[in-house]
Amino acid sequence: MHNIALIILIGIPLVGSLIIFSLPEGNDLVAKQIAFILSAVTFIYALVLTFTFNTKGARFQFEGSWVWIKSFGVHFAFGVDGIAVVLIAMSTLLVPVVVLASWNSFDTIEDAEELPRGSASGAADVGSASGAVDGAAVATATTAVVQTRSVKTYFALLLLLEVFMIGVFAATDIFLFYVLFEAMLVPMYFIIGSFGGPRRQYAAVKFFLYSLLGGLLMLASVIGVYVSSGTSSFAFTDLVGRVPTGATQKWLFLGFFIAFAIKAPLVPFHTWLPDAGAEAPSGGAALLVGVLDKVGTFGFLRYCLPLFPEASRYFAKPIMILSVIGILYAAFLAMGQRDMKRLVAYTSVAHFGFIGLGIFAFTTQGGTGAVLYMVNHGLSTGLLFIVVGFLIARGKSRLVGDYGGAAKVVPKLGAVFLIAGLSSLALPGMNTFISEFLTLVGTFTRHKALAIVATTGIILAALYVLLLYQRTMQGTLNPKVGTSASFRDLSLRELAVVTPLITLIFVLGVYPKPIIDIINPAVQATMHDIGQTDPQPHTAAVRGGK
Amino acid sequence: MNALIAAAVDPNSTFSIPSLSYAALAPILIVLAAACVGVLVEAGVPREYRFNAQLGLTMAALVAAFVAVIAIRRTNTLTAASALAIDPTTLFLQGTILVLAALSVLLLAERSTETGSAIVAQAAVVVGSAADRRLATSERVQTEVFPLALFAVGGMLVFPAANNLVLMFVALEVLSLPLYLMAGLARRRRLLSQEAALKYFLLGAFASAFFLYGLALLYGYANSVDLGEILKAQSTSTKSDVLLYLGFGLLLVGLLFKAGIAPFHSWTPDVYQGAPTPVTAFMASCTKIAAFGAIIRILYVGFSVSSWNWRPIVWAVAIASMVVGAVLGLTQTDVKRILAYSSIAHAGFILMGFLAENRDGTMSQDGLSSILFYLVTYGFTTIAAFGLVTLVRDGNGEATHLSQWSGLAKRSPVFAVAFTFLLLALAGIPLTSGFSGKFVVFRAAYHSAAPLVVIALITSAVAAFFYLRIVVMMFFAEPAEDGPAVSIPSPLSTIALTVGVAATLFLGVFPQPLLDLATNAAKLHG
Repeated sequence: MHNIALIILIGIPLVGSLIIFSLPEGNDLVAKQIAFILSAVTFIYALVLTFTFNTKGARFQFEGSWVWIKSFGVHFAFGVDGIAVVLIAMSTLLVPVVVLASWNSFDTIEDAEELPRGSASGAADVGSASGAVDGAAVATATTAVVQTRSVKTYFALLLLLEVFMIGVFAATDIFLFYVLFEAMLVPMYFIIGSFGGPRRQYAAVKFFLYSLLGGLLMLASVIGVYVSSGTSSFAFTDLVGRVPTGATQKWLFLGFFIAFAIKAPLVPFHTWLPDAGAEAPSGGAALLVGVLDKVGTFGFLRYCLPLFPEASRYFAKPIMILSVIGILYAAFLAMGQRDMKRLVAYTSVAHFGFIGLGIFAFTTQGGTGAVLYMVNHGLSTGLLFIVVGFLIARGKSRLVGDYGGAAKVVPKLGAVFLIAGLSSLALPGMNTFISEFLTLVGTFTRHKALAIVATTGIILAALYVLLLYQRTMQGTLNPKVGTSASFRDLSLRELAVVTPLITLIFVLGVYPKPIIDIINPAVQATMHDIGQTDPQPHTAAVRGGK
Repeated sequence: MNALIAAAVDPNSTFSIPSLSYAALAPILIVLAAACVGVLVEAGVPREYRFNAQLGLTMAALVAAFVAVIAIRRTNTLTAASALAIDPTTLFLQGTILVLAALSVLLLAERSTETGSAIVAQAAVVVGSAADRRLATSERVQTEVFPLALFAVGGMLVFPAANNLVLMFVALEVLSLPLYLMAGLARRRRLLSQEAALKYFLLGAFASAFFLYGLALLYGYANSVDLGEILKAQSTSTKSDVLLYLGFGLLLVGLLFKAGIAPFHSWTPDVYQGAPTPVTAFMASCTKIAAFGAIIRILYVGFSVSSWNWRPIVWAVAIASMVVGAVLGLTQTDVKRILAYSSIAHAGFILMGFLAENRDGTMSQDGLSSILFYLVTYGFTTIAAFGLVTLVRDGNGEATHLSQWSGLAKRSPVFAVAFTFLLLALAGIPLTSGFSGKFVVFRAAYHSAAPLVVIALITSAVAAFFYLRIVVMMFFAEPAEDGPAVSIPSPLSTIALTVGVAATLFLGVFPQPLLDLATNAAKLHG
């Protein structure tokens, strides 16, 4: 097993990152070109792998394994199942898109975002705890915008992030997974901290500490799984079914679960995301919410369920209830946001509730729906963040109230915004509809009440998305928008950024079969690992007959 | 001690000259001999050649001793009337101490960032006097620091090898006395430095007294100061166990003090801050390793029986150390103090290795090898970290206040990246040696001390906050108007820093060779 297909996939962005880091300062255009070309090549290569993935073949494919640390039984092992391969394809698509979307973000003063007045009060409640770091952030915010930022560093960090993103989905050794899971924090931390909005320091540190705490708890569980399973290997396939049942399994499950719940993020572990999502540069936020957070839900499916089947069943009910709470709670919070990026971040928290629901329903439909949701959410929220970024670049403000009637001035931008929004609220015909439908159906066959309550989340989603669209794009023209010379419609580059995403949103909304075919066997294998079969559909008459 | 003397004059006991295995003692002898020669060099060699002569002599001695350690790597013997155990663990620790001491000496010899060097020429001049002000800018160099360092290294080499409590005490003093002096030798901020030296000396004297008291009680209990005899006595002695418990406790206090473990840590931040930074690097790495070597000897050889249990004590001090290091570290604003609290927290992590047990309740080899591994990784990282601190300077010497570091990354990206990497290693982020070290210790201790592992992980997360604060300052804050600059070090420091950073990276990515070495070294004589 020395297939190097995945190593090459990881190697391309890694090489790109190293080249860009070593470029002398000032070669911004070269840095961007290298970043774009290599990330595009990575995507094409990932696409090739996705299409050559044999849906009837082994669970893990393109497997390559090399001994890394012999004494521990740690392997440098990669391999993808159907879940991982589609997530990798989605992630590698987002990177060139984000690179292109961020093309001019740091050249001009486009990054001069005002400190949102609306979030200042929101900042106070969390800000009081953050102390000196936060204070320093605000104090330096005014001078920060005039500072030139290192353009090449940003693009090098994006590629480095891509390396870890692919690696974390492709790792088949738990130790390696943990290493990449933690290492992924570092580039994102610098993307937020160096290139973010006014309160970027606070957001970066909060992001890092939350994730690190989760990661360390996971480390405890990783060691626990290793020790208690009695094997001398960290390979995923060696450990499945080896974790002793009972209290041990429940504790170890919680270690993994909390790490992934923070990453996902699931209410009540979500409070870092609105800050990080709002302060990260729009491109970074698209990757943060579009890909990094998927690692959490991916972790539930790949690690929590197969490794801890008994504990997963034990905790499923409370987790699903938390997911439903998350759907409703985040939806209400999203409606109340005045900062567009915070709003989008909260919508994501709500969407992750659906994914959590689908995963812990333990049905094939729910699981498949959840994975499809991860892909679709990456596309639609990625698009939403990018479009919001375009809007902010023009209006120099993150506040909803500073826009209004913008669609009259920038009709194309308005149209793209609407498509992204409709995709986010799961309009039938859009990609997310099918996944949301599948997760709800999958949940309904097991837990009717939860599915019914969760359905109200769809209505709330329509509310917060349409309200956002209405307040920024429709209505009377805000004088700031009308008079600003920088308020131009989408350029050719920006159209090129959104086109692939919009195309996929529609295509997958009508014909998701190719992806579902890839996902399904992997989800069924997971269901098999936890020893669950789909409940038989029954009608009232059948039940009456009993 | 009276009992000792009584034993010595007992007419029935005959005194025979113990046989010495000179080969096994070679590393110790080389270092101590070179230290004595260094004193003569100080007296005989003209001033203009003295610095280079001392530096050459010191480095030559350390390298020769290291070569000697490698040459006798298969030795596993007791020598000098079983007072010294030269076994794989001892040799592993001696080798580590020698390498790290060599790196520290390279830092000590740095003369291009500071007029003269980081060491003041006349430590005894009254602080604030006119003579003192002249000294700060004078070209004069003090070279006695090199033989002092060699004496300290000599003591450190004996400390983990001592199989006899009296010898262990002597080694403790030999390593401590030069350090007390060296702590007071800072060229800048003389008052702080002298305060550090005095504090270290007074508290160190207390700790030595504790150790000595414990030694006496244990002698009363076991009728011997030999660790093997003390072990035997624990199952055969008819004396009151109070002697044993008290003696052990007092002995441990002395050692915990040297290793900077809470609640005996209070000197650490002050001394680390006040001492010249290269000396701090030396203390934080070499002294700590030597002290842990002695603790290994005591716990694994002298008190390894499971008939009574000292584990609750180690549990308590390990938790105290991790919590104190992580929580108090949060409130610090000085980079050197932050690193000091970090070292306290790390000492707590290392202690976990002692709690690793086999399934039958005996102390595990895995635990010992994990301690050895951790000590090496921590030593390299901490030397490099303190070494980098010496480079950030403004008109008043080193600028160690956190606020002065704001925006350093904009001026010196290479420095900032290197320091960030070391901080990530201290925080235990994967792909650094800090992670490998933590992983090894946690894995060893997981079976018998799982709750402690969880506490350790939580304190790691807390500690990560103050490491991140430095990163935030360097990268995300704006540079101050008249902030410090990063000096370009001479080749000597550059070598030391490069080795430290490279080792941190290498041991993070490819820990296997050192793991094998540590596993093979985890064998104690007796």
